[in-house]
Amino acid sequence: MSGTDSRSAQEERWGGLLAAAQGGDKRAYDTLLREVTPRIRSLCRNRIRDHAEVEDAVQDSLMTLHALRHTYDPERPFGPWLTTIATRRAIDRLRRQGRSSGRESNLDDLPEDAAAVAPVAEERIAARNLRDAVAELPESQRTALRLAKLEDLSLAEASARSGLSVGALKVATHRAMHSLRRRFGVTGKGDDRADR
Amino acid sequence: MRTDDLISRLSTGLQPVKRVTPPMQAALGWIALALLVVGAGVAIAGFRHDIEQRLMLMHEKVNLAAALLTGIAAAIAAFHLALPDRSPRWALLPLPFAAFWVSGLGWGCVAEFVAQGWPALGTSFGCLRFIIGFGLPLTLSMLWLTRHAALIRPGPVAALAGLAAAAIASVGLSLVHHLDAAAMVLIWHGGSVVLVTLLAKAFGTRAMQAMGPQIPRE
Repeated sequence: MSGTDSRSAQEERWGGLLAAAQGGDKRAYDTLLREVTPRIRSLCRNRIRDHAEVEDAVQDSLMTLHALRHTYDPERPFGPWLTTIATRRAIDRLRRQGRSSGRESNLDDLPEDAAAVAPVAEERIAARNLRDAVAELPESQRTALRLAKLEDLSLAEASARSGLSVGALKVATHRAMHSLRRRFGVTGKGDDRADR
Repeated sequence: MRTDDLISRLSTGLQPVKRVTPPMQAALGWIALALLVVGAGVAIAGFRHDIEQRLMLMHEKVNLAAALLTGIAAAIAAFHLALPDRSPRWALLPLPFAAFWVSGLGWGCVAEFVAQGWPALGTSFGCLRFIIGFGLPLTLSMLWLTRHAALIRPGPVAALAGLAAAAIASVGLSLVHHLDAAAMVLIWHGGSVVLVTLLAKAFGTRAMQAMGPQIPRE
């Protein structure tokens, strides 16, 4: 069987699975989603280079597929239906990425940040959310957090580098940690002391 | 959320769905509704006093047919384009009819200019009111029927919906309103149709997104 034949046989199978899913067959739907995900990922990768963004686009595509499953006609080929959905979501992701890139924090460039983030999509997403949260902090809190937590400077060194008093640094670090905890729903007290 | 978890969540919560109506069938249904609504408007407003003479003129009949075909083609194109597996080239379907309609009106302008000189131009806000008054509600009805396009190509579908509704409203207007000069028809009918199409393009996407399915953002 040639590559084209096997591809069209596979799409025919997917069309059948989606037709069953339209009737409420959960198992067929689960199989379909798991089988089409690599194809969606490949379609998204054709347009997006960043792995985390690719995974976001894959998830957006799966949710779009779910929302539009009633628009599939089993009499018609499944391939173009899926391709339009995945391509559309990849383009949307690229647009959103383009819009948000202007708001990126330069914390991206910190060596600790780069080393800490493994190239696993979910971890990258979590890291990006954290970076976004840090970027939204007031500047004094962001500076205090960077010096006291990320660069691990003593309060005296941090004070000398930032021009802020030791007291102000303590307060800013505490507030920064507090607002990050609140944002991510962390309840424990943990180590947020700056007086090291 | 991990992709595997998302898949499990989507398949666990799966509900049966009713397939969308095939696009040609949906388009014909909407066209019938539009003709009924605009026809009722014509019946209420009454035919223009010179309707019989106007309908004897070949260019008048051609212009009416071109406007009607533009509306029908735009409706068929919109319902097809709203589905993910249809070609984006469906958007081109009404263009030949629209071009024929506009060129027919343009030719009428030139012929009148040669025969009678510069025509007396004036304002005809009644045309604008009629086309917007019928065009916008009919556009909204089509946006509702094609709301699944919100996640795929809402802009072109909304513009086609506006064009379809306004072109059909324009046919009704031609039967009601006394407007002889082709230049006036071109400016007020054509201008109103363009306005409704642009309004639909500008606001239709948001309307469809409000009515249609949405993707939850993290």
